[in-house]
Amino acid sequence: MRSILAAVRLALRAILRSKLRASLTVLGILIGVAAVVVVVALGTGVRNRIGGEISSLGANLIYIWPQATQVSGAKGSAKDSGRLTEADGMALGKEATSIALVAPFSSTSMQVVAGDKNWATSVMGVTRSYWEVRAFEFSKGQSWTEADEQLKTKVIVLGDTVRENLFGSGDGIGEYVRIGKYPFRVIAVLAKKGQSPFGEDQDDRILMPMGSFRSRILPTAPGRVQQLMASATDTLTVDRAVGQIEQILRQRHHIGPDEEPDFVIRTQAEFRKSQEQIFDTLQALLASVAAVSLLVGGIGVMNIMLVSVTERTREIGIRMAIGAGEADIMVQFLVEAVTLSVLGGVVGLAFGVAIIAVLSRALEWSMELPLQAVVAAVGTSGAIGIVFGFFPARRAARLDPIDALRHE
Amino acid sequence: MAGAGADDGADDLIQLEEVTKVYATEAVTVRALRRIDLCIPRGEFVAIVGQSGSGKSTMMNILGCLDRPTSGRYVLDGIDVGTRSNDARAIVRNRLIGFVFQGFNLLPRTTALENVELPLVYRGIPAAQRHRQAEAALEAVSLADRMHHTPNQLSGGQQQRVAIARALVTSPPLLLADEPTGNLDTRTSYEVLELLQRLNRSGITIVLVTHEHDIAACATRVITMRDGLVKTDQYNRPAVDAAAALAELPRPDEEAAPEAPAS
Ligand SMILES: Nc1ncnc2c1ncn2[C@@H]1O[C@H](COP(=O)(O)OP(=O)(O)OP(=O)(O)O)[C@@H](O)[C@H]1O
Ligand SMILES: [Mg+2]
Repeated sequence: MRSILAAVRLALRAILRSKLRASLTVLGILIGVAAVVVVVALGTGVRNRIGGEISSLGANLIYIWPQATQVSGAKGSAKDSGRLTEADGMALGKEATSIALVAPFSSTSMQVVAGDKNWATSVMGVTRSYWEVRAFEFSKGQSWTEADEQLKTKVIVLGDTVRENLFGSGDGIGEYVRIGKYPFRVIAVLAKKGQSPFGEDQDDRILMPMGSFRSRILPTAPGRVQQLMASATDTLTVDRAVGQIEQILRQRHHIGPDEEPDFVIRTQAEFRKSQEQIFDTLQALLASVAAVSLLVGGIGVMNIMLVSVTERTREIGIRMAIGAGEADIMVQFLVEAVTLSVLGGVVGLAFGVAIIAVLSRALEWSMELPLQAVVAAVGTSGAIGIVFGFFPARRAARLDPIDALRHE
Repeated sequence: MAGAGADDGADDLIQLEEVTKVYATEAVTVRALRRIDLCIPRGEFVAIVGQSGSGKSTMMNILGCLDRPTSGRYVLDGIDVGTRSNDARAIVRNRLIGFVFQGFNLLPRTTALENVELPLVYRGIPAAQRHRQAEAALEAVSLADRMHHTPNQLSGGQQQRVAIARALVTSPPLLLADEPTGNLDTRTSYEVLELLQRLNRSGITIVLVTHEHDIAACATRVITMRDGLVKTDQYNRPAVDAAAALAELPRPDEEAAPEAPAS
């Protein structure tokens, strides 16, 4: 142990003798390790973020959109061509055994006014099941009642972003907000939720009963909705629920088994998958950059060690004449190679951590650098030192003492 | 062939039996040593002289376990070292032999103390003890005040004394010196020789290669080589005392410059 320490000190001295050369040599390893560390942290960041956002949508969420079909021949947007109704939603809730709740949903963008403030936001019509399906909670006030839904009362629930922009630090409860032609009374404020996986601010919204929305905001055919949201009874029943939805809606819309359906079903898992795919590709790209630069770094270390062995042939001869065995010489140069590459690894690690700090601030992601990754990064650079230092070290150890001593 | 007084082989430190060294290059084959038989008992101070190319360095390299004979047997301290593995020979070099080279061969950018410690490092001796032993060895060659100087801060004579300290620090039974005074002026040469004689009197066997007969005269035994053969093998009775020779040399003009730089 002590002799290894002494060998490291010796190696450091040899390395410090040519700082510039050493730093250029370890550049590859430095970049490689920094890349590895950043990739790992980005990975955890992405997973945290996607996981957080997906769960912010609500548990086991299933989206159902209407879709224009060739049969219907509609050329308008999906929203207009929709044949999805509240009745469909009710039927799903009743008939699909793997579905716990169904919430109808429609929305539009509008300019809203409260006093002298105005704000452009999404105005949405929903039912009370929406709170549970999307896992919204109230920070102030309470939901509207069933009576409000039937009477199409002019009440609204504010997202926190809207509240802040209209009422500043006040909660706005009991105040009136003018949306279109009508003033709506604020009865509750939602607890903050942050961004959704689609990058929208989930707090920038105003919610009102579906009936109020249809009759006072966006008049549509009776019962029509832009979207249905359903939550499966369990994570494990999501697939079954999707099957049931498909079957029930086909039946209700009179679509044969071979025909193209007039609706689309999406689950959280699919969002997660498509998002993760993008980042997996990115990560693979960065990982290969890391691998290549580690390889280049390793070759650099080997090259510089070969140069070093040649330069110090006489020194090796002297050491041998004095009683250094092959193992002693081998260890000396291996330790030097490992020290060199671990130095590169540690500096690379520092760079990586700095990059992570900057990135996580810029992206507002919470990234982690697991201890294993740190150990692995330093370990990898050490291993590179051993692998690529082996050949030069063996060459040094196998020198003939006489030839080495004669070397000029 | 053995020198006088070496009838009982058990006390021979060095035994060469029909040792041959052939250098085969593409162009020519050089027979650097031709069937040399030689015994060196413990405690002798042997000088090897001979023309350039006569095989002196080749002989020293074989004696020092740096090179292997092409044929023949070399027994050092009872060990048949010619047949041992490289690592075993490294241990033999470390335990039994101290080297002093013509070109000093100190490690550059490394202090005198560290240079002297080096053989102890390969013996696995702990640092504290290493320091103590190396300091003692440097004191023995009167260089205690230059311990932390690197070779390029030392004169030739001082460097050679560091090299001698390094050779001695392990207290080896055998000291090999290939032209140790080749790069030194007369005065410094005698200083080094005086040191070697003192060591020899304390029991260390010394083999020294030299071109100069003045130097060879200080040894107890002189072996002359020619064309890879031992030509003559004689004892000096008595050997010249280097200390006395040093005293007889005209003193340098400057009293305060006892260490002349290597020229
Ligand atoms: N590595 C080698 N390859 C080929 N020939 C060699 C080699 N080393 C020595 N020789 C030859 O062996 C012979 C003896 O060389 P050696 O170095 O032993 O001479 P030396 O007596 O030490 O001479 P000098 O007094 O000049 O140092 C010489 O002819 C030399 O050319
Ligand atoms: Mg020679």
